[in-house]
Amino acid sequence: MRLAPDLAPPDARAARLNPLGKLGAVLILSLAVLASIDPVTPTVALVGVLAVLPFGGLAYDRLLRRAWPVLFGAVLVGVANMLFAADQGGAVLLAAGPVHLTTGSVAAGGALGLRVLAIALPGVVAFATTDPTDLADCLVQQLRVPARFAIGALAAYRLMPLLADEWELLGLARRARGVDAGRNPLARGRLFVATLFALLVGAVRRGGRLATAMDARGFDAATPRTFARRHPFTGTDAAVLAGGAVLAAVALAVSVGTGTYQPLVG
Amino acid sequence: MTTVAVKGFSWRHAGRSAWAVRDVELTVEPGERILLLGPSGAGKSTLLAGIAGLLPTDTGEQEGEILLDGRPPTGTHRPGILFQDPETQLVMARSGDDVAFGLECRGMPAGAIWPRVTETLRTVGFGHPLDRATAALSGGEKQRLALAGVLAPQPDLLLLDEPTANLDPAGAELVRAGIAAALADRRRGMILVEHRVAAALPLIDRVVVLSAGGGVAVDGPPEKVFAEHGASLAAQGVWVPGSVPPEHRTTRTAGAELLRAERLGYRHRDRPTPALSDVDLAVPAGQVLAVLGPNGSGKSTLALLLGGLVPPSSGRVVATPALAAGGRGDTPRRRDATVPPHRWRAATLAGRIGSVFQNPEHQFVAARVRDELALGPRRLRRPAGEIAATVDDLLDRLRLAHLAEANPYTLSGGEQRRLSVATALSAAPRLLVLDEPTFGQDLRTWRETVALLGGLADEGRGIAVVTHDTDLVGALADRTVSLAAGRLTTPAEVA
Repeated sequence: MRLAPDLAPPDARAARLNPLGKLGAVLILSLAVLASIDPVTPTVALVGVLAVLPFGGLAYDRLLRRAWPVLFGAVLVGVANMLFAADQGGAVLLAAGPVHLTTGSVAAGGALGLRVLAIALPGVVAFATTDPTDLADCLVQQLRVPARFAIGALAAYRLMPLLADEWELLGLARRARGVDAGRNPLARGRLFVATLFALLVGAVRRGGRLATAMDARGFDAATPRTFARRHPFTGTDAAVLAGGAVLAAVALAVSVGTGTYQPLVG
Repeated sequence: MTTVAVKGFSWRHAGRSAWAVRDVELTVEPGERILLLGPSGAGKSTLLAGIAGLLPTDTGEQEGEILLDGRPPTGTHRPGILFQDPETQLVMARSGDDVAFGLECRGMPAGAIWPRVTETLRTVGFGHPLDRATAALSGGEKQRLALAGVLAPQPDLLLLDEPTANLDPAGAELVRAGIAAALADRRRGMILVEHRVAAALPLIDRVVVLSAGGGVAVDGPPEKVFAEHGASLAAQGVWVPGSVPPEHRTTRTAGAELLRAERLGYRHRDRPTPALSDVDLAVPAGQVLAVLGPNGSGKSTLALLLGGLVPPSSGRVVATPALAAGGRGDTPRRRDATVPPHRWRAATLAGRIGSVFQNPEHQFVAARVRDELALGPRRLRRPAGEIAATVDDLLDRLRLAHLAEANPYTLSGGEQRRLSVATALSAAPRLLVLDEPTFGQDLRTWRETVALLGGLADEGRGIAVVTHDTDLVGALADRTVSLAAGRLTTPAEVA
């Protein structure tokens, strides 16, 4: 069970890496991109990430097929910010009625779109190639996150698909009772809230039953847990983590070196 | 080996005025296999939870005590307990990991875990590989996996709280076989709560009956208990052997045809194979049509389609003029006769076809029983006086009058079932479609449901019920068709 199973084949090399190395690298890179608002830093970061993907067993065409909403979202953010950017400086490129594009607004919008893509894409790839069970195991074993939290969250996550089925069933049951909203947006809102409430009541009860079943199997015991599954942090994982840091440094260095660097603050 | 000593035990959930368990005195010797019975509300499940150490002191008030080998149950000093609902017992995404979970909690060395997991799965007869996704298992397989998880730490005592009530007959059989295998070496005791006694008889050597007012009413070997107390147990809702009512003989005469399925098919999004294909079926007034089939045969999908709740992917559902004339009030138009039920407005639909879901709670939308019943006629814009009369009539007929002001969620299982049928009846539909109306019920509720539905058919309503309860079909159905893998296996004679 993975978070976005179709993005990469299940036996891809990236799927066998320790989740912490992968997510750590992505986190460092994202912080570097977040900290700078110029277009060069995210561009370098993106080029770097795209360059290493094949080594993780990911194919570009499959990535484009499955992760296009990320690309679409980034383009949308970019275009919206070009149109409504506060920065209206520079030469006017296009002025047609309400549409007013200047070099300043295009640069600002483009940079924002690139940043969204440079942060979202590595994150999506990292999570898509991570098994939630492995992630919880590593959080407990290597980062010493309390099992009560990590394994508890994992168990709750397993209930999520049930929630989707339940939502559909509640909607049908309301229709069977003669309750629908038709085209009235206010009635729609009320019906949505009422159904959501019923869903939450059911989810809380179910969560309580699951927690009881877990405690019955000794989850609440003071005995120190052992681990049936081991996920060693190998040299490759260390290299992945270091690679993320190096790529972040290179992106910032290129940006500063070319004189385009603009910090988020200051 | 574990000895259980229940000494004057009482438990009251926080915020409740009534005791859930009252003054129970019970000793369970090592290796004993007990069937725990009692009327609904006598506290069978609460007593099991107490023996399992699952009643934390901050969630209620306790009197007396429960000791396992002289110590209160807690942490890893607990018996194994299996609950009713497989969905809320599995913790992990992969089957093997789930069995390993309890062993990890007990701090078993990693090297010993996997051999034990494999051995336990073999004991209960789980045939899938360790990495099989738990989400891909059927209900019976899930419950058998949950049983393996409970057995893996090799508890001396096994507590079972209606372990097969949520399963279809095939799934229940899997789980019963797993339980029998787990008890085969006679090294392990058991306390079982189960309404269906016949299936449990081969596994037990003692019967304990809790009394509704508190304490233990009857305690003894099964033959003696059922010989001396069979009738009173049946009255309390226990399925004692031979308690199923005789099959009904007089077939009701079919009235006008109400609803017809023509080459009906349905395919869920993202599923390669259809849930239902090429179903031809007619539902007449004044008769009970039963659709039998195992889980996954497309029964529930058929109920949703006949109920006008989902659009068919192929074929169609046709409402005859006899049905489409009902439910007046909400813009009745002549062209309604040609509009399929899934495109009717909800209020119109409820006035013509009443759907009763498997889980009554899914259908409750109001805070009081009375409002729940008033909703249907109100949506049809009936006059206030008529609404009040309808509500009072239903409250009386379904013996819910004393609960008129209660919150539907606080009712017992049987009361909830009656209310869910009553809500469907409140808008006076000529046709009722029910999905597993007798699922997991005790005998008393079961009999009430059968009598209720039979009475409605006698009044001239059309009833379509999808079920895997063959007793229900025997007692109620005028006509029966069977579904397997989404297709009718018994051709339905179209009236």
